[in-house]
Amino acid sequence: MQGFWRDTVEFFPILLNGVALTIIVTIGSLLLSTVLGLLWALMRVSGIGILSGISASVINVIRGIPIIVLLFYLYFVMPDLGVTLSALQAAILGLGIAYSAYQAENFRAGIEAIDKGQIEAAQSIGMGWWLTMRRVVLPQAVRIVLPPYGNVMIMMLKDSSQASTITVAELALQGKLIASSTFKNTSVFTLVALMYLTMSIPLILLVRHFEKRAGKR
Amino acid sequence: MIELTDVHKSFGKVEVLKGITASVEKGEVVCIVGPSGSGKSTILRCINGLESYDRGEISVEGLRVNRDAPSIVSIRTQVSMVFQRFNLFPHRTALENVVEGPLFVKQEPRAQALERGRALLAQVGLAEKADAHPPQLSGGQQQRVAIARALAMQPKAILFDEPTSALDPELVGDVLSVMRKLADDGMTMVVVTHEMGFARDVADRVLFIDGGVIVEQGPAKTVLNQPQHPRTQDFLRRVLHPL
Repeated sequence: MQGFWRDTVEFFPILLNGVALTIIVTIGSLLLSTVLGLLWALMRVSGIGILSGISASVINVIRGIPIIVLLFYLYFVMPDLGVTLSALQAAILGLGIAYSAYQAENFRAGIEAIDKGQIEAAQSIGMGWWLTMRRVVLPQAVRIVLPPYGNVMIMMLKDSSQASTITVAELALQGKLIASSTFKNTSVFTLVALMYLTMSIPLILLVRHFEKRAGKR
Repeated sequence: MIELTDVHKSFGKVEVLKGITASVEKGEVVCIVGPSGSGKSTILRCINGLESYDRGEISVEGLRVNRDAPSIVSIRTQVSMVFQRFNLFPHRTALENVVEGPLFVKQEPRAQALERGRALLAQVGLAEKADAHPPQLSGGQQQRVAIARALAMQPKAILFDEPTSALDPELVGDVLSVMRKLADDGMTMVVVTHEMGFARDVADRVLFIDGGVIVEQGPAKTVLNQPQHPRTQDFLRRVLHPL
């Protein structure tokens, strides 16, 4: 146990560098997946055949490819096609695209849960499609969508560790580097696990808060 | 003002409107009565383009109703609708519900829209409920907010789709008296209703619809007091003397 505390004091600052990258990757890909997911979802419910067809295909393609393969593709294959991305850019882009499919399905479920009467009421006062979405549907859908959105945030935090496979020195990769050079596997990976857990707990509490609020209505 | 000419409408294989021809003049109150499933609500929903129609023509102030054309927005701002289940926006206060259309569809100045919104809430007897959210209001209060929301568009006509059918009996009177006042003020109204007392006292004309056709129409008192057609007679007997 004493050894663990000594190791903690030694490794913690190095691992904190990893934490910073973990947070950057998570927030970056969360924002990207939210924007893309909303775009897919709006295309899907647009009522325009071509748009909803494209959206459905994109979602299925993304869902059918493992995140790690998507990351490899962006980082190792894109340079051959003339697009060179830094490891961090590729990580954010890959995770953002991968999760946009789940976000889209979540958003769509929220949008479709809104009572048809709401849409008719909006139409009956002359609102067009976009105004109806912006003023009537989306504000109500947000409340339905928030609890699952919080769960996606937790999953993305953990899946940001997959960026380690394309050399982003986030928390998991920092841990692996220290462990392989010091052989202190137990101390290092216990520390890494505790640090992920520490970052997850606020998100878990946030989800619980969202769920309670949604349950009140 | 509103003209329907030989309007047909099917849902899948079921033909719900089988050639409706009718008109509503400015300032007129027309009640549409008839059994459930006869197509009453569908007529209203076709007039403001919530539903498409297959054949025939509907026009409002000479403008053809086509729900896929941009002109539908102008028709909807001229012909407001009040729904059976109110359909207020639950995430906005009563006042916000009322000013939503003026602010975001008609782009009215905020101060002006709010002032008129408050006046309209006062007109339907809910001045003190301006900041309440719909779930905090009774059904009758929600429906009166919905009427204020329809009026806020300064429409030329209002369509009422069974406005009191979802209300507890003791709340029906409040809503009907607001509607009666509107009629007295000269508002053009088309009302689908089961309230025969309201139809008799307030309507200028009554259309009796059954099986997707207009079976009988005429001045309210004539149709409701001396119905000519056996189906009208039978319907009114059942509605007025359910036991």
